Amino acid sequence: MSITDLAARSLIRSQAWRSVSSSAPSKYAQASKDQSSAPPAGKEPLMKTFKIYRWNPDEPSKKPYLQSYSVDLNQCGPMILDAIIKIKNEMDPTLTFRRSCREGICGSCAMNIDGQNTLACLCRIDRAGGKETKLYPLPHMYIVKDLVPDMTQFYKQYKSIEPWLQADPPADGKEHRQSIDDRAKLDGMYECILCACCSTSCPSYWWNQDRYLGPASLMAAYRWMADSRDKAGFARKEKMQNELSMYRCHTIFNCSRTCPKGLNPGKAIAQMKYEMATES
Amino acid sequence: MQAARAVGLGVRVASRNYPAIARNGLIQRSALSSRGAVRTVTLKPVSPATASDVLNSQRIKRPSSPHFTIYQPQITWIGSIANRATGGALSGLLYAFSIAYLAGPVVGIPVDSAHIVDLVHSLPEWAKVSGKTLLAAPFAYHAWNGVRHLAWDSVKFMTVKQVTRTGYAVLVASAFSTVYLVMM
Repeated sequence: MSITDLAARSLIRSQAWRSVSSSAPSKYAQASKDQSSAPPAGKEPLMKTFKIYRWNPDEPSKKPYLQSYSVDLNQCGPMILDAIIKIKNEMDPTLTFRRSCREGICGSCAMNIDGQNTLACLCRIDRAGGKETKLYPLPHMYIVKDLVPDMTQFYKQYKSIEPWLQADPPADGKEHRQSIDDRAKLDGMYECILCACCSTSCPSYWWNQDRYLGPASLMAAYRWMADSRDKAGFARKEKMQNELSMYRCHTIFNCSRTCPKGLNPGKAIAQMKYEMATES
Repeated sequence: MQAARAVGLGVRVASRNYPAIARNGLIQRSALSSRGAVRTVTLKPVSPATASDVLNSQRIKRPSSPHFTIYQPQITWIGSIANRATGGALSGLLYAFSIAYLAGPVVGIPVDSAHIVDLVHSLPEWAKVSGKTLLAAPFAYHAWNGVRHLAWDSVKFMTVKQVTRTGYAVLVASAFSTVYLVMM
């Protein structure tokens, strides 16, 4: 590389420097403003208010409050998750929530939307005029920040039901075999994504979270009891033989009503109770 | 760009709109520093004990998210609370009446059937009707919902649709039963 080459490069750099540092910021600010405020051709802005639960651990003495954001639905994707991502990107980067897959398979964006627990990515924005939408974190959970609840206890409960196949390896050294009918018994249970919508919608879980396992963990427990390959069914049921672990379920059915995957934890728990009552 | 705007990525895409030459790392960094945007991070090592103290002091102040005040009223859980409230009220009444019946003669207040019949007889019509409604409605609701619980205990009517329908059916049945009991 020659001296002239270096000089030319430094000249280019210094020009670039000038263009970025002096004129550019205002230009970019203008560009981004156009991006966010210009409606797409032929569509009137359709403004909707989102009221979102806020709490910041850096200001712990400040009480949780609802913050309002106004979003033009004609410049926003159709789902609640699209709206809060838009709010975070364009209005308030401090808004905190969990999200990952945006297609209802990871369970990260579970929250309470207009009074009902569901996944923000599967919940359509209500476009009816003038209606505001309220977003709260999952109910009766400790809050880490804004819409992020502390899931430690929930995961511990799931771990406590030993959610894995417990059986000796088959004598022939091959895999565990299962009939098509036995396999079908697991449908409607194995699909659970552990988003905690059901457990945090359950009033029994609200009042006895420390000892009642909640619908998600209980359905997972029954999923293994109902598995023809699993040999630990008796021990699994014995663990439920106390006042609170399972029998705190009063068949309220908020769990099945709210499940974003359309599963039925209430029925799984009822089946578990029925088997425990009828089998000797 | 249209699609990016639709999913709320407008600004992020726009801010990547630097001229090609400015993508050079050195220039970007100096451009940022000229706007004071470089953040320095200093790490302070702490012992595990201190770290858990910090975590605990943060956790002690964290709020619990709102629950029944914000949850949508649904026949599922409102019906369940009503079942518990009516059950509690009816048991309370039974206990109160039984104790009064036993203790009445001792303290000198007559609580036998003849006196109660006389007392009710002396009440005005509106008091009789509202009093009977007040007794009959919780009884009817709790009884019908009890039947629903018996069905659930044998794993019947366990879909969301069936639970909702039987919930409203119990309300309707209770209303009719209450009217019948009041007119008795």
